[in-house]
Amino acid sequence: MTGLPAFYLAAARQSVIQRFSYRASNYLFMAGMLAEPVIYLIVWSTVARAQGGSVGGYTPGSLAAYYIVWTLVRNMNVVYAPAGFEHRIATGRMSGRLLLPLHPIHYDLAGFGGAKVVWIAQWVPVAAVLVLVFRPEFHFTVVGVLVFLVAIWGAFVIRSLFLWLIGLVTFWTTRASALFELYLVLELLLSGRLVPITLLPQWMQNAAAWFPFEWTFGFPIDAVVTPRSPSVLLTGLGVQALWVGIGSLLLAVVWRRAVRRYTGVGA
Amino acid sequence: MTPAIEAVGLTRSFTVTERDAGLRSAFGGLFHRPTRTVHAVRDVNLRIEPGEVVGFLGANGAGKTTTLKLLAGLLHPSDGTVQVLGHRPARREPAYLRRMALVMGNRYQLQWDLPAVDSYELNRTIYQIPRDQFRRTRDELVELLELGDLVRKPVRTLSLGERMKAELVGSLLHQPEVLFLDEPTLGLDVVMQRRIRTFVADYNRSRGATVLLTSHYMADIEALCRRVVVIHRGRILYDGELSRLGERFTAHREIEVTPADPAVDLSPYGDCRPCGDGRSRIRVPADEAPSVMAKLLAEVQVTDLTVAAPPIEDVIEQIFASNAEVLP
Repeated sequence: MTGLPAFYLAAARQSVIQRFSYRASNYLFMAGMLAEPVIYLIVWSTVARAQGGSVGGYTPGSLAAYYIVWTLVRNMNVVYAPAGFEHRIATGRMSGRLLLPLHPIHYDLAGFGGAKVVWIAQWVPVAAVLVLVFRPEFHFTVVGVLVFLVAIWGAFVIRSLFLWLIGLVTFWTTRASALFELYLVLELLLSGRLVPITLLPQWMQNAAAWFPFEWTFGFPIDAVVTPRSPSVLLTGLGVQALWVGIGSLLLAVVWRRAVRRYTGVGA
Repeated sequence: MTPAIEAVGLTRSFTVTERDAGLRSAFGGLFHRPTRTVHAVRDVNLRIEPGEVVGFLGANGAGKTTTLKLLAGLLHPSDGTVQVLGHRPARREPAYLRRMALVMGNRYQLQWDLPAVDSYELNRTIYQIPRDQFRRTRDELVELLELGDLVRKPVRTLSLGERMKAELVGSLLHQPEVLFLDEPTLGLDVVMQRRIRTFVADYNRSRGATVLLTSHYMADIEALCRRVVVIHRGRILYDGELSRLGERFTAHREIEVTPADPAVDLSPYGDCRPCGDGRSRIRVPADEAPSVMAKLLAEVQVTDLTVAAPPIEDVIEQIFASNAEVLP
């Protein structure tokens, strides 16, 4: 194997080796990641029961399914964050990456992509426990599962591209964390992370349609949690592909300007 | 011959914010931030032939590293043009980046948690080095730098010198034709410095690589470079043979003399200091050196006499400390 595929394989392999050398850290990370969905699950299940057994079409069982799948999707959505750009610039590592005959985003896609293998392996027993405790109701279909398997990687790529875009702000200001916080607030509200999209007021659902957030959280989760026709699911993959295209285009344009602005303050 | 490196009127300026220390100034900075333009590199002209090893000298902040970054393609020039191996570095074309390496003595590019061999393997895929060639080059570099099994230990467990050598191997696996070395021996002990010097000289000889080297250790420069470029406040001050640097920048010579009679008074000939074993060193203006020597030989019985420019460290120190004017 040669070229970019060989690099992706080697970098992913390296990332797996690296993650395995910090087992305790991985389990603690996983434990921290569980707190958020379990809180949402308990709150919304209580609301559903109070409203006579369902809220916005979600029963406690489908809400349990939603937030259990959520834990995997959230793990898939962990990508290189803008704070990392600040660190890379300050330590001089960014200069090293810029001198490689390869766009630095490949490094992060391959590295975080490889880490998913470890996280998924660790997630399986955790998910099994959650299933036993919360009794979820899934709506598995062959198409739904296949779309889900593609969509979680689509979500990973979309989120990587957009957080990379925010990270590139560091080439102008050295600090991008504040912008990242703003992004997180919008994402929390409009992605299906805090609450399934269909439980939002209509105007917020309309607003969500203009952003990529839903396609990184709500869409992959609903592919296996709520009954959807194959055409709706495949259209969803198409929309993900569109956001990958938009993100790539924006990144290419901003990247060209960013490297001109780069001052290499850290090295 | 097409030069390996050619810069014409190379200029790079930065706009930096400035404020005084203290709370009042920090608060004021919320509304207005005074800025000033720093000319890190100004109108630099440089031509380096393939296979040359050139020392790049300058005080801290003189513009050495900025120039190296411009030549490597990390920074875009504000003005002027630069070509390295026929490429415009700022375009950062993969074809160019595969032919050069910038090694910074205080930077970490190897994966901290993993043995260096894992990072080397990743470099193999990045630079698309054929597997056989990669193994050969890696083993050769590891042997030349006497790294042995250290490349199989996590990088975080290596000492500074070991890590620097491991970084050097990683930077050279793709056999760059142009090597920019920014203080490669920084923080290393004397033995390690010497080993890296020998290695750079061998690499230059065996591969015909062009090397541009900055170092604060004159021993590095003296061991490796016949030609030096001195940069001062962003401008080239001197570009020529290291051996002639003293002539250009010092207005005096040192005559070392061993008189037959150790008690003889040499002070009438110039600023005289004893330097052990019956020898004395007389400092005289450069243009008067021949006449002083003639007078000395005529008037004093000497057993030995040599004349030399001051040590290169003294010359460099003098240049950096002075407000030397830039050569036209």
